[in-house]
Amino acid sequence: MTLTPVETLITIGIVTLGTMMTRFLPFLLFKGADAKNSYINYLGRVLPYASIGLLVVYCLKDVNLKSPAYGASEAIAIFCTAASYYWKENTLLSIGAGTVIYMLLVRL
Amino acid sequence: MQEKTKALKAAFPHTIPILTGFMFLGMAYGIIMESKGYHAGWTTLFSLVTFAGSAQYVAITFLTAFFNPTAALMMTLMVNARHVFYGISLLEKYQKAGKYKPYLIFGLCDETFSIVCSTKPPPGIDQTWFFLWITLLNHSYWVLGSLLGGLVGSLISFDLQGLDFVLTALFVVIFTNQWKSQDDHKPAICGVVCSTVCLIVFGPNRFLIPSMVIILLILSGWRRSYLEKYELVEEPIP
Repeated sequence: MTLTPVETLITIGIVTLGTMMTRFLPFLLFKGADAKNSYINYLGRVLPYASIGLLVVYCLKDVNLKSPAYGASEAIAIFCTAASYYWKENTLLSIGAGTVIYMLLVRL
Repeated sequence: MQEKTKALKAAFPHTIPILTGFMFLGMAYGIIMESKGYHAGWTTLFSLVTFAGSAQYVAITFLTAFFNPTAALMMTLMVNARHVFYGISLLEKYQKAGKYKPYLIFGLCDETFSIVCSTKPPPGIDQTWFFLWITLLNHSYWVLGSLLGGLVGSLISFDLQGLDFVLTALFVVIFTNQWKSQDDHKPAICGVVCSTVCLIVFGPNRFLIPSMVIILLILSGWRRSYLEKYELVEEPIP
C-alpha cells in the first residue's frame, strides 16, 4: 500500500465517479427525449451492433502481432467460436469450445 | 415472489460465461492488489462500489504511485468512455425499470451490456427483473472473485492462462448472433473496421475515443438511407 487509507478511499471514489459519469450520462442527457428525438432513436438502434464490434476489438487490443504467433491463437479461437455458433447457435458450447481451444493454443 | 424466482431461473444461464470470466479475472485482480499491499477488504470494497474491471486494473497504477486524483479521473473517463454508447443503446429498454433503473445503470459493465442488448426475456418473464438479475449476478460474481483472489489467491496453483478468453468468446458469440439476426450488417462492420483502424493508428491506449467519434460520424451519415429503408417504406408512395 503506497497511499494512505484516506488517499486510497479518495482514489477509489474518483474511479467510481468517473465510471458512473460514463454510465449515467446518456440517461441524464436524453431523459424524456427518447420517443421524440429520432436521431437518438436511430443511434439507439444501430449502436448496439457497432458497440459489440468495438468491444470485440477492445478485447484484442493487447494482442502482440510482433510475437512469433502473430495473434494466430486469437484468430483461430475466434474463428472456431464464431463458426460453431453460426452453425449450432449454442452459446455455451461455442464459448466453452473457443476458450478451451485458446487455452490449448497458448500452451503450444 | 414467484415471478422474481422465474426471472432468476431465466437469467442465470445467460450469466454462466460471465461467472467463469469474472471468477478468473476477479481472482487475478485480488491477487495483484494483494501483491501491492491492498488486502482483500480494499479489493472487495473497490469491486463493490466501482464494478468496472478495466478501470480497476488501470487504477492499480494510481494506487501504487503518488496520489493523483485528477489523473485517475481522466484515465477512468478515457478507459470507460465506451459506456456512453451502452447507455444510448439501452435508453428504450431501461425506460420502464422504475426504481431499479439507477442500479441497472450502475451495473452497466461491458458484460452486462452485451447480454442485455442482445437478449429478450422469455415470454411471461418480467423484463425489469430479468435484467436486474443479470446485473446483480454479474456484480456478485465480480465482487466474489475479487474477495476470493485477495483471500486465497496465492494458494491456487492451477495453470489458468488463457481463461480470460471466455469473455472475448462471449462477445464474439453475441456479435455472430447479431449478425445472423440482422439483414443490415453496416453498423457491425462499421464498429469493427473503425476500431481496428484506430487501434493500428493510435495504439491500444488511445484508440477508444477516436474510434467512438468516427463510428458516430459514419453512423450519422448513414441515417438517411437507414430511415428510407426501414421507416419511410410504410408511408404511401406519392
